[in-house]
Amino acid sequence: MAEELTKLICITCPVGCTLEVTHEGKTLIKVEGNQCKKGVDYAEGELTDPRRMVTSTVKVRGGVFPLVPVYTAAPIPKPLIFDLLAELRKVELQAPVKVGQVVLKNALGTGVDILASRNLPAGD
Amino acid sequence: MLKQKYDVIVIGSGPAGLAAAIEAKKTGAEDVLIIERAKELGGILQQCIHNGFGVEILKQDLPGPAYAQRFIDEAEQLGVEVLLDAMVLDISPARHIYAISKWSGFAELDARAIVLSMGCRERTRAQIRIPGTRPAGVYTAGTAQRFVNIEGFMPGKRFVILGSGDIGMIMARRLTFEGAKVERVLEIMPFLTGLIRNYVQCLLDFNIPLQLRHTVSRIIGNSRVEAVEAVQVDDKWQPIPGTEEIIPCDTLLLSVGLIPENELSRKAGVALDPVTGGPYVDEGMQTSVPGIFAAGNVVHVYDLVDWVTEAGFRAGRSAAKFALAERKRAARQVKLQPGDNIRYIVPHVMDKESLAEADQRLQMRVIQPIEDKVWVEVLDGDNLVTRKSQRYVRPGEMVTVDIPQKAYDAVQKADTLTVRVVRR
Repeated sequence: MAEELTKLICITCPVGCTLEVTHEGKTLIKVEGNQCKKGVDYAEGELTDPRRMVTSTVKVRGGVFPLVPVYTAAPIPKPLIFDLLAELRKVELQAPVKVGQVVLKNALGTGVDILASRNLPAGD
Repeated sequence: MLKQKYDVIVIGSGPAGLAAAIEAKKTGAEDVLIIERAKELGGILQQCIHNGFGVEILKQDLPGPAYAQRFIDEAEQLGVEVLLDAMVLDISPARHIYAISKWSGFAELDARAIVLSMGCRERTRAQIRIPGTRPAGVYTAGTAQRFVNIEGFMPGKRFVILGSGDIGMIMARRLTFEGAKVERVLEIMPFLTGLIRNYVQCLLDFNIPLQLRHTVSRIIGNSRVEAVEAVQVDDKWQPIPGTEEIIPCDTLLLSVGLIPENELSRKAGVALDPVTGGPYVDEGMQTSVPGIFAAGNVVHVYDLVDWVTEAGFRAGRSAAKFALAERKRAARQVKLQPGDNIRYIVPHVMDKESLAEADQRLQMRVIQPIEDKVWVEVLDGDNLVTRKSQRYVRPGEMVTVDIPQKAYDAVQKADTLTVRVVRR
């Protein structure tokens, strides 16, 4: 397989380095343009198993608001984002909810838990 | 029970206000009160459910509400008092505060020091003057964000977003997650105005098209938005005839800039910088009125919450020191002046003696992007005081440069320091 050059923008932190990634198919050869090691990890991940943090909301009964925001404890595979969102639509919690509370364990078998992002007190 | 007099009163409990209250307590202020307009603490962070908060100062990637919760918990542990669901009506230059709430009625409070942390407000349709009819379905991106993330309803099904600011791009992804179709993001400038990482993870990831040098020239629809007319603009932002395109949609979101919210600052007699829309501040975030400090988006609009928190810490520390009568008004200040390609600098002035204590950080925005290596230079006339190399500068990304303590002697001689960005 021939060497290829792919330009990526690292999304690990707000700096957003433009990475020049040399690779052969999914095999990383070198990364240039990164300001830290995370850029190399990101490039490697994008080639083999691109992942994203996902944030959304789930329904809550009896809370001060009808929803509580949630997030993935770790990035999940990009192709699973919409499947995860469909799963989250089925979830309904009972207030009160505590920040960090597990909302969905081992979501879609990824090993990643979905956590509540805030405290949601009970209310009317 | 409210006291009549406080060491430090903080107005607004977003990231800047929470940080200011925490740091004021830690610096030794005994009675610290936060007055908040909403029914809960945290400000706009409560609706910013996306992650990306805390990477710099907590070394953790958190959603907005979780980031806020850290500081809410800390403020509570430190014994910061809170008045929720309350509106500050007026502040006098002598730091007398008039507030009203359903719970405590009308309250008159005295503060030895005040921190203004009211944040900012979104620019609306009226402020950018989009022609056309006035149907339902035109929202600012932040309003839509509140509807979707807190209130739990969708403002539409088919969206066009005007402006490539971070909130607009984040909402494009959020609406896509909730089953809506985002037809287009339009940006009048020739460059992205938000962070590039948001372009990747909010637009590119979901194939949402972005058109630079484009704006909305007309809103179409009577009772509800039916379409918008998009048009390309030239270098002077004038529509180019013949480039019009009708994009059917039912909702238009505006992400066209944020304006520091300074009605109260004005009432207190605080002088405002016409460029930032926020107060002139010194290195301790003190405004032109002694004892009144300001931090966060009320001063200038940040792109990272971490730096808002840091500014809050700084203002809280200064406010506590002022309240405890440790902070004197600086006798010898140096002015910080924007030079080539710099739109503004915060702080506007710096106490020359502050370098005896610590390095001093300057925050600024550039006018034009330079996608090349640059120097960010701090000069006294033609003499270089300090400089820093950067790989690029973009208007959407705040630039910082530190004046190191070793520049103490050089700064003593200066009346004005100019900051400029030049290609390397």
